[in-house]
Amino acid sequence: MHHGGGHHGGAQPHSTFDSDKVLGKIYDVRVLRRLLKYLAPVKSHLGRGAIGMAMRSFATIAVPPLVGMAADRIQIAIQGGDLSGLNTIVIMVVGVALLGWGGRYLEQLYLGYVGQGILFRVRTEMFDHLQKLSLGFFDRNKVGRIMSRVQSDVQQIQELLASGMLNVITSALTLVAIACIMIVMNTRLALLTLTVVPALAVVAFIWQKYARRAFIQVRRAIATVNAQLQEGIAGVRVTQSMTREEVNSELFDNVNREHYSANVRAARLQAAMWPVVEILTAIGTALVIFLGGSRVLAGEMSVGVLLAFVLYVRRFFEPVLELAMEYVEIQRAMASGARIFELLDIEPEIIDVPEAFDLPPAKEIRFKGVSFSYAAGVEVLHNIDLTVNPGETVAIVGRTGAGKSSLANLITRFYEVDQGEVTVDGHNVNSVTQQSLRRQIGVVTQDPFLFSGSIEENIRYGRPEASRQEIVEAAKTARAHDFISRLERGYETQAGERGENLSAGQRQFVCLARAILANPPILVLDEATSSVDTNSERLMQKSFRRLMKGRTCLIIAHRLSTVTRANRIVVLEQGRIVEEGSHRELLAKRGLYYSMFGALTARGPEPQSA
Amino acid sequence: MLYEGEMKTLLRLMGFVKKYRLRLLLAFICMLASSAFMLVIPWLIGEAIETVLRQGERSQLLWLAAAVVGAGVLRGMSAFGNGYLSEVVSQGAAYDVRNALYDKLQRLSFAFHDQAQTGELMSRATADVEAIRRFFARGLLGLLQISILFAGISYLLFSLNWRLALLTLPFLVAVGWRAVAVSRRLRPIWLKVQQLLARLGTTLEENLTGVRTVRAFAHEEKESQKFSTQATLLYDQHIKATRQAAFNTSLMVFLVTIPVALTVWYGGRQVVAGALTIGGLTQFILYVMMMAMPVRRLGFITNVLSRAVSGGQRILEVLDTESVVQEKPDAIELDGKRAGVRFENVSFSYDSPVPILKNVSFSVQPGELVALVGGLGSGKSTIAHLIPRFYDASSGSVTIEGIDVRDVTLASLRRNVGIVQQNTFLFSATIRDNIAYGTVNADMEQIVAAAKAAQLHDFIESLADGYETWVGERGVTLSGGEKQRLAIARTLLIDPGILIMDDSTSSVDAGTEYLIRGALDELIKGRTTFIITHRLPIIKNADLILVLEDGQVVERGKHSELMARNGLYRQVYESQLSVAEDSGEDPQASR
Repeated sequence: MHHGGGHHGGAQPHSTFDSDKVLGKIYDVRVLRRLLKYLAPVKSHLGRGAIGMAMRSFATIAVPPLVGMAADRIQIAIQGGDLSGLNTIVIMVVGVALLGWGGRYLEQLYLGYVGQGILFRVRTEMFDHLQKLSLGFFDRNKVGRIMSRVQSDVQQIQELLASGMLNVITSALTLVAIACIMIVMNTRLALLTLTVVPALAVVAFIWQKYARRAFIQVRRAIATVNAQLQEGIAGVRVTQSMTREEVNSELFDNVNREHYSANVRAARLQAAMWPVVEILTAIGTALVIFLGGSRVLAGEMSVGVLLAFVLYVRRFFEPVLELAMEYVEIQRAMASGARIFELLDIEPEIIDVPEAFDLPPAKEIRFKGVSFSYAAGVEVLHNIDLTVNPGETVAIVGRTGAGKSSLANLITRFYEVDQGEVTVDGHNVNSVTQQSLRRQIGVVTQDPFLFSGSIEENIRYGRPEASRQEIVEAAKTARAHDFISRLERGYETQAGERGENLSAGQRQFVCLARAILANPPILVLDEATSSVDTNSERLMQKSFRRLMKGRTCLIIAHRLSTVTRANRIVVLEQGRIVEEGSHRELLAKRGLYYSMFGALTARGPEPQSA
Repeated sequence: MLYEGEMKTLLRLMGFVKKYRLRLLLAFICMLASSAFMLVIPWLIGEAIETVLRQGERSQLLWLAAAVVGAGVLRGMSAFGNGYLSEVVSQGAAYDVRNALYDKLQRLSFAFHDQAQTGELMSRATADVEAIRRFFARGLLGLLQISILFAGISYLLFSLNWRLALLTLPFLVAVGWRAVAVSRRLRPIWLKVQQLLARLGTTLEENLTGVRTVRAFAHEEKESQKFSTQATLLYDQHIKATRQAAFNTSLMVFLVTIPVALTVWYGGRQVVAGALTIGGLTQFILYVMMMAMPVRRLGFITNVLSRAVSGGQRILEVLDTESVVQEKPDAIELDGKRAGVRFENVSFSYDSPVPILKNVSFSVQPGELVALVGGLGSGKSTIAHLIPRFYDASSGSVTIEGIDVRDVTLASLRRNVGIVQQNTFLFSATIRDNIAYGTVNADMEQIVAAAKAAQLHDFIESLADGYETWVGERGVTLSGGEKQRLAIARTLLIDPGILIMDDSTSSVDAGTEYLIRGALDELIKGRTTFIITHRLPIIKNADLILVLEDGQVVERGKHSELMARNGLYRQVYESQLSVAEDSGEDPQASR
């Protein structure tokens, strides 16, 4: 977004949120703690989900001993006993299955509610927070990057909330429970079987170190590929007109190849967990078979316990493998969480003071000793004193970067002054609510911005309660009505980025109508004719004239036709008011004003024929 | 599971892994081995239990334990091979698809890019590519593995005890059927979720790009409400999906546990009747439990498959788009250092029946300056864009040095036609790289010379990092005037014989104007130039002025001739004159 330049180059911006460097730990305590705070309002759902989770885990753990008990029963039956006990066991297995069914249902449903509830809150909280942040923030941070915070990062923690975190918790709890039951069933065999656990822990620890690095590389590579793609598409017209397709393709192939290599490295690491887990499981099973089998042979243990152990060993390692597979997702989610909270933690630089009041309709603008800088140390306005009287039109002229747009931005309090004060009807703009201040001031900028929606809706943006009649009136005053009526769908024509039906000039006319409808007593025009050709400009000038009638106007003027109509002209140069007066007075001065506009005639080539 | 059109898409997607078929075959072999070893282990366990019950030897147990470890090692290795190779193949295919997409997008004509949205194309190149990659990584072999395991386990169950097998298999089939049914039922919900996400994205993007408008009209609360309403709709869809998933997955797990109960109940009786051993029963139970995993994965894989198909369709749509601007196979090289340009009865229209240009004819001698004048939508830019073939004329011909632009190679044509666009696009790179964008091997001296001629050198030198200053996203912001001069420098460096300059909407003020005019004069010197501008001095200097209205040339000639005619040009001129008059221009100078 262009706003009169003035602060490019050199200056380092303050408080950017440039944290693509937050690359993510597998678990980040601060992120988790913050996420936990969102759990409070969904406590009851969480409780039901937890009950379901407990039921489900119990069901998972209960099956192996039941199968073991059944085996023992059957063996007794073979040796001449009866099978009566078996039916009870079968009924218990069915009971456990039903319990698992209900438990899993409760768990998935209520934890789903919890996760989606948190996402909803994070999303809306971020959006609301963005509504509060000051314009300085939006100057420093590109739209695309803010978008990716609210979209991709939220999406990413969704994965974490939906599956990852719960899997981690249930898996860990199940592991502990299984270990306990095994110990109760047969302490010696359990301890011997569990000797593989430390081995697994060591391997996992070493593995995650490498994996972390590899996955960070993958994410970097993805970012680079996406940036190149984005630019390739956005800049395609330049590329084609300069026939640079070949060079670009080669450059893209390079980053694409790097992306490929990074992914292959990561894949190797991820796949490496397979043999580790499989081999350890096999060793555990082998230990159970040999040691447990020997004890059964010695008559010290029943075959049922042996069977239960065999079944447990596999269940023990399955979650470990799942964790390894979830690893990437969890790591990404942690990084995303960190970035989300970082955004939420950025304080708005401009806030209403607690005792702020609503500004009554106002007409007079005054700058008193105002100094201002976008970035610390690079002052763009120095000690400005200026009064715009009620109903007066003041034109601000000056070279690019002289500080014209900055002056306008201070009236609406888009930025805060460093020194001095800006008052509207004697009220410091800092003492009134921002919303009431801005309702009094109409701003028409160089970039005609429309929202998606119909033209009517866009004009209505100026005053939501306006009637259709008032909208048409405003369009007529802005001289937009004629072209709108000529459009196939008239006022219902879709505007915004996706509605490519409107030219830049037409958009500007719609913006004018919007400002007219709002009917503000004070008007700030960043002379909005740059995207319009000469014919339309003339029309627009006429609507400006009507718009200005009876209002206090501050115009950042580029064209002399506007300037000459102003009651007063202020010439800015390097952030200072250097000349002030009427057109004639300033011309007579033969100063900067004269030299600026003299340049237009003096240096053009002379016409060839007369 | 798939419709006919989808099957076709899938087959075409398979074309992307053709190159990697050897590795894919290897992955397949690994998968087979891994499945086989997976099936061996329960058998060994069953044998071990039988050994124990028959009061066998400990040494026999030791052998079986060793065999379990051996099978585990082999299973682990083959699973690694399968997982790793599938990933390599899928990444390779994704790499190829991404390159193909990038190249295609680079080469598709302006007409395509006029219609397309950057964000939408990006999602094809990222999310959709990832969707088909996941299919190659997990879906393709995963589907085979499920079938093989299902067949293998069914066979083993039947050979162990066919009665028991008949009793349990229907449940497993039911689970598979549920899994597929759920994923089909979830599909429309996910589609809805995607749409809502896109809408939410639009709202957010507009809120961010229009932040000044939102603030100026004090609309923050209304925007929050709008966003919150849309987020609620999204929440509702997610909950709907959660309900479906919660109900069905829990049911599926239940359905898998029932066969275990049945096996215990009926199997126990079979054992007592002597039709089965306890070891056999153990194997049976282990196999039934083992079956649960792949059967449940069927739902996941169906999902991967359908996402791959819809993503694949979107990708193929781009790859299948033929650029409307095609080079002829026998195209010749154009050498247009001093080139005349001729339009003969040129008409042009987009898809709509409303023509943008109607029967435009004119001819320009080498080195002449042509000014294109007209209102919004009169066809000025279209004429300019037909010369370097950004679009092709619907009828009539555009010739350079008497050669039709459609008969020369695009590269040679565009090398000879320089264009300075209305909105200068800066790449994320240094100023130096941006100036040398069209001439990669230009040396520093040439770059500085171009910058000097474009009146940009002093500005660049005033920056801390000079020519190495980073611009574009994350770089310093240049003003409109600075950008335009950079574009001029860029074009000067290419040194084209024909120059097109779209200067209709310069967003610079009077102070900067002077600098640009200097740069412009330098640029048009000695070239055949087409310029869309409202700068009077240039128009007055033009060898030919084409006045356009509704896609037709309504007046043509030099300034003095047109003024004498008292037509549209005179009106336009006079309207511009009033602005120029304000600028202190002496209206008498041309009378």
